[in-house]
Amino acid sequence: MLTVRIIPCLDVKHGRVVKGVKFQGLRDQGAPDELAAAYEGQGADEIVMLDVSATPEGRGTQLETVRKIRERLSIPLTVGGGVRELDDAEQLLNAGADKVSINTAAVRNPDIVDQMAERFGSQCTVIAVDAKGDGQGSWEVVVSGGRKPTGIDAIEWIGEVYRRGAGEILLTSWDRDGTREGYDLTLLEAASDAVPIPIIASGGADNPTHLAEAFDAGADAVLAASIFHEGDYTVAEVKEELAEAGFEVRQSI
Amino acid sequence: MATKKVHIIKTGVANIASMMAAFRRLGGEPELTENPDHVRGDDWVVLPGVGSFGAGMQRIEELGMREALVERAAAGKPLLAVCLGLQLLCAESEESAGVEGLGIVPAKITRFPDTVRIPQFGWNRVAADESCRLLTSGYAYFANSYRLREAPEGWSPATAEHGGPFVAAMERENILACQFHPEISGKWGLGLLERWLQC
Repeated sequence: MLTVRIIPCLDVKHGRVVKGVKFQGLRDQGAPDELAAAYEGQGADEIVMLDVSATPEGRGTQLETVRKIRERLSIPLTVGGGVRELDDAEQLLNAGADKVSINTAAVRNPDIVDQMAERFGSQCTVIAVDAKGDGQGSWEVVVSGGRKPTGIDAIEWIGEVYRRGAGEILLTSWDRDGTREGYDLTLLEAASDAVPIPIIASGGADNPTHLAEAFDAGADAVLAASIFHEGDYTVAEVKEELAEAGFEVRQSI
Repeated sequence: MATKKVHIIKTGVANIASMMAAFRRLGGEPELTENPDHVRGDDWVVLPGVGSFGAGMQRIEELGMREALVERAAAGKPLLAVCLGLQLLCAESEESAGVEGLGIVPAKITRFPDTVRIPQFGWNRVAADESCRLLTSGYAYFANSYRLREAPEGWSPATAEHGGPFVAAMERENILACQFHPEISGKWGLGLLERWLQC
């Protein structure tokens, strides 16, 4: 039986981990490789690193950060942020990513999803979807750090990228990101009903109860940043609570 | 002690960097190879692989490595097959009908039943048989749609559950075949690689 997965997220800007609210007001949280190694030690199941500077000149820094993390990490590493072409994805894989997450590039050119799945396999192809609710049970895909609406229905989009070969969906609620109000459970239910591939819930976690709610709503994995970076909980503490609540978690060995 | 050379067969673009980082951490000296002579030699050899069974076999044939791999396995020299690599050791797969596998393991690879999520992505609990020398019980990271249902005679298995039991890994002499990715299965996975490096 597959375990539920706990994935600390490192938002990285110019080689440092930062975290903001609704993608704004970024604060420095430390060195990416130090944090990644510490989280693995606490029992993290994977690490996601998103480059939020994502400028062309930041590319070299990003690859160097991936290499540094890889040398210390023996759990899966997903890297995203600023991936525009297949070559970008290949460079990240060669630097030590196990999976590459794409967002804006897929919205602009959906064929890149098919190409990634064909060239690297679906197991490498993670599609990040930032969804903004209209308050009436629909969500719109937003890109460029939430600044640009696209007019695309998020649930339909998730179905499309699945058919094109996506292996996992990293689903962020733009409305909840960094707010610590809990995940958008209606969004998670709609997404997990729409596709058979794993949904990673992101945006809004404050405590282990929120994580449990996300799993009950159909998420296979949860992404969290603030609650771990701020030291409110260790991954081990979160897993202990989830195990007590009856979830199958990977025990650190 | 001399550094142990680990030749990783270049089967395509995948998370090979993770495999190399894992062996470096264990004090090995990993290098990618397209040379069948490395497979015939006495160093450690890894057959990794992602993608389809048909594409994987095509790549092995292109590199001229079929015979070298079969001979290596028959001699019981250290060989690690990972993910699709395990499947390529078998005779055939439902994934690519008509494609002849390496046939080192006389078995057919089949798809998971539709009652469970396909692909299987994530951590699953692995239980090692008492007869295993390298494998232990623990949690491993998987990414696969197809699997081997049962280990044939002569192989010591470790099993996991996903729509019924399947072979998570198996070993015979110095051959270790893992459906999961030991290189990203945490300390447990590293421990397994370390024991294999001591073969």
